[in-house]
Amino acid sequence: MKKFVFASAAIGVAASFFAATFSVAQDNPAEQSAPLKPAAEFQSITDAKQRSWALFEEAGKVIQHPRCVNCHPATERPLQTMAMHPHQPPVSRGEGGMGMPGMTCNTCHGAANVSVVGQAETLKSIPGNPAWHLAPIEMAWEGKSLAEICRQIKDPERNGGKTLAEITEHMTHDSLVGWGWQPGAGREPVPGSQAVFGELIAAWVESGAACQ
Amino acid sequence: MVTFTLNGKERSFDGDPDTPLLWVIRDFEKLTGTKYGCGVAQCGACTVHLDGMTRRSCITPISTVDGSEVITIEGIDGPEAKAVQAAWVAIDVPQCGYCQSGQIMSAVALLQVTPKPNDADIDGAMAGNLCRCATYHRIRQAIHNAADAMEG
Repeated sequence: MKKFVFASAAIGVAASFFAATFSVAQDNPAEQSAPLKPAAEFQSITDAKQRSWALFEEAGKVIQHPRCVNCHPATERPLQTMAMHPHQPPVSRGEGGMGMPGMTCNTCHGAANVSVVGQAETLKSIPGNPAWHLAPIEMAWEGKSLAEICRQIKDPERNGGKTLAEITEHMTHDSLVGWGWQPGAGREPVPGSQAVFGELIAAWVESGAACQ
Repeated sequence: MVTFTLNGKERSFDGDPDTPLLWVIRDFEKLTGTKYGCGVAQCGACTVHLDGMTRRSCITPISTVDGSEVITIEGIDGPEAKAVQAAWVAIDVPQCGYCQSGQIMSAVALLQVTPKPNDADIDGAMAGNLCRCATYHRIRQAIHNAADAMEG
């Protein structure tokens, strides 16, 4: 972490001025992502429907991770941290999930994660991605069971009109999905890798896309 | 070397590319109207306009500003800015004033996209700008007054 000299007296004023206003502590993150079983490990399950659901359950370790659900909220407000508390500052979905006019997501979230250098004791980085936005409300995952999310992902009315092949492509290669494995300093990544996750989704689709 | 325009003038910076835009504005360009509040994009005191959109300059690496247009409180202009300035003065919005340049940058950005905002619009745009003097009611009133003034 590079150090910067901030010559202005404002820093002292500001430190006392704003210090008690909010808490911005991040996760106590695991530095390494948790393991994710590869699709090949499920071949021993002979019943196709059981194998299919077992594959989705494994993918669910990613899908239901707070890193993913935080931006699939059931309300107008995104969530933050492993504790999934409401986003601070208090922001709203806005048009296209891009935030409110005058304070869109890119007021703070740029094209890449940014290490914080102005005050790095409790907040290590600001997350970013070129496509940073909330999932549409019909794709809300917050508070839902994995089986409910599974049916939702398959439903073109609630998945952006995608076929299962397009879902597989999205899960395997989408950059914002991939951010979950590269969430920046101070954030726990989702389990495994996007490649393994994509293979699980592909195998789930190939085995009939069972939802329980 | 990073090149950008600051309040309409072409500027360049060849220091550490991770240097936050706020540091460049205040310490190198000596424009101290933009304030350091929290350093983590939580208070809004450092708000500037980057290519016409609000941006927290404390968490904006200067390397990401290359080729962009930056406007600070010293350079903001146009009918929305003039209306906001007049409205702020008319009802004495600031108390200590520390957060006010950020408040004004957000207010002007809101009026540029939503000329006649309702209370919910104002809350949506201003929720990220904290004021420890709690001048929120005057800020909201001044934005309404500025919108009315622009409407004529």
